Amino acid sequence: MFYREAGDFKTSYTQDSQTFPIRFDRFRYYAVLAVALAVIPFVIDDYWASALIVPFLIYAIAAIGLNILVGYCGQLSLGTGGFMAVGAYACYKLMTAFPDINIVLHIVGAGLVTAAVGVMFGLPSLRIKGFYLAVATLAAQFFLVWLFNKVPWFYNYSASGQISAPERTVAGIPVTGPNTEAWAQYLICLVFVVVLAWAARNLTRGTVGRSWMAIRDMDIAAEIIGVNPLKAKLTAFAVSSFYIGIAGALFFAVYLGAVEVGEAFGIQKSFLILFMIIIGGLGSIFGSFAGAAFLVLLPVLLKNVLVGGLGWPTDLAAHLELMIVGALIIVFLIAEPHGLAQLWRTGKEKLRLWPFPH
Amino acid sequence: MTNFLYAVEVMINGLMAGVLYALVALGFVLIFKASGIFNYAQGVLALFAALTLVGLQEGQIPFAHLINATLGTELHHFGWHMPALLAILLTVGVMILLAIAIERFILKHLVNQEPIILFMATIGLAYFLEGLGDIMWGADIKTLDVGLPQGGSMWIEEKTAVLGGDGFYGFFIDRLDIVAALVAAVLVISLTVFSQYSKQGRALRAVADDHQAALSVGISLRFIWVLVWSIAGFVALVAGIMWGAKSGVQFSLSLIALKALPVLMLGGFTSIPGAIVGGLIIGVGEKLFEFTIGPMIGGATENWFAYVLALVFLVFRPQGLFGEKIIERV
Repeated sequence: MFYREAGDFKTSYTQDSQTFPIRFDRFRYYAVLAVALAVIPFVIDDYWASALIVPFLIYAIAAIGLNILVGYCGQLSLGTGGFMAVGAYACYKLMTAFPDINIVLHIVGAGLVTAAVGVMFGLPSLRIKGFYLAVATLAAQFFLVWLFNKVPWFYNYSASGQISAPERTVAGIPVTGPNTEAWAQYLICLVFVVVLAWAARNLTRGTVGRSWMAIRDMDIAAEIIGVNPLKAKLTAFAVSSFYIGIAGALFFAVYLGAVEVGEAFGIQKSFLILFMIIIGGLGSIFGSFAGAAFLVLLPVLLKNVLVGGLGWPTDLAAHLELMIVGALIIVFLIAEPHGLAQLWRTGKEKLRLWPFPH
Repeated sequence: MTNFLYAVEVMINGLMAGVLYALVALGFVLIFKASGIFNYAQGVLALFAALTLVGLQEGQIPFAHLINATLGTELHHFGWHMPALLAILLTVGVMILLAIAIERFILKHLVNQEPIILFMATIGLAYFLEGLGDIMWGADIKTLDVGLPQGGSMWIEEKTAVLGGDGFYGFFIDRLDIVAALVAAVLVISLTVFSQYSKQGRALRAVADDHQAALSVGISLRFIWVLVWSIAGFVALVAGIMWGAKSGVQFSLSLIALKALPVLMLGGFTSIPGAIVGGLIIGVGEKLFEFTIGPMIGGATENWFAYVLALVFLVFRPQGLFGEKIIERV
């Protein structure tokens, strides 16, 4: 009834090629932004921030990053945890080496360092494909985690081998360290999410994104029509790692505060983020958000229902969660390979004809 | 001289560890050859098989924890102790049922999908089985005892002690490793004979060559898939018994499977001898690396050495040592 393009006239090319061509979508987008920026910071409390919203935002960044590599460029990576660790440790080293510079620049710098590392581990992708590449990225995962564990320079020779974030402020308000308010944590993550998601959405619509998709669909054919595979694959690795590095830096500095590398950035994290984009939808920015929201929400929900409601022991709930996640992956791959994003798209198509579908 | 002897000992132990890697890798190769599926769940299959074996042997009640939690009962054991052989046979039965279920509920629906989708489906399967195994049999570390010999072999130690000087007491080799090596050899020979000379084995190779051609001469694809997953389940059980007897049945068993991936990279995905040779190279390589270079850079290099070796190797020879050359067409 409201959701349709009839009466929404485009009079210029800019209007015609905008991200949200339907007016209702545009308003919905502005409304979501307005609520996220102007309402949630005032109502958020510690429980909501630390259990749901902040992890959701950070995982959304990581999922967008991985989606660029896997969903758009077709290069399967199992090294996400390792790259997040690079972001976290780069951020830590920058924070402690240059305490006077703004934390935002540290986080961006951590992203750039991760991008460089990502390109290095992406080099084999020029020769190997598919799950061969997946195993090559496993090398990144295990090697990087080992490196941060064993070389004391990375954790500034601290006795525990952990890294912990010192207090840093933005405009006088602490955003890292133990004195951080929930709303400050939330806002700094939100700003990064909005900027990065906007950039990703536009990158994937442009020349770079199209060359990624050409490589994904058939790399030899793409090469024949003039896509440079070296450039396309390495930019995908660089951009993807940049996102994942920023997610890692936020995860460490803003969300956890102190990190032990094997625990926070192990192989399980790589799979978690891969699952987010499979369930959310490969090759979709919205899907990255949906998948991240789903997999952040699921354990909390299960815990509340099973442990809180039915009184099960927690380990049983954790095992059941493994089963449910595994089964969901299979169900999604069989029934809806494009994930929640495709369900959303189908829903919108239906809505355009509603209430007169014929 | 003594140093050299130590290096030799490290190498022999590496060979034995390599045999165990090769056992897991074997299951991968079987499934990959017959269905083009890269089965990430192979390691979890080994874990699941070992858990089931221990559970049956000790007479644990499946899902006891779950039943207790929901109904408030106090169930633990049936109160019997099953002989090892019977438990192994029953576990083989369970693995066959599992193979049928996997074919019925997953593979059938994913025919003709891209390999990468199938790969991700097996990751999902791995998670599912891991959760299922834990819920059925409990997540605590279990000891597996099916009567295999354990501990160092005194005979070898005594015989080799004369090689070195005063400070050298001979090679320490776990008897379990020797058994594992023998079992692996028997397994490889029997699998090769099976696929070369039996009717089902030939059908299996036909399916591996070309699905559609195999279908057109009347080979049932579904039966072959169940067969090959059953065999892979059996290989997983053997690997699970060996690893379980060595270091207890626990979650880290499924991480061994990840080690089998670089083994396959080296050996090539389609070659059974490749799996064995790759396993041996990785086993010896990581032990020697840890022995010679490890102390200089902080140790625990075994975690990543195999992957980095495979990564370097892949850049120069993507199809592995024995794999078929990869040819791509538009």
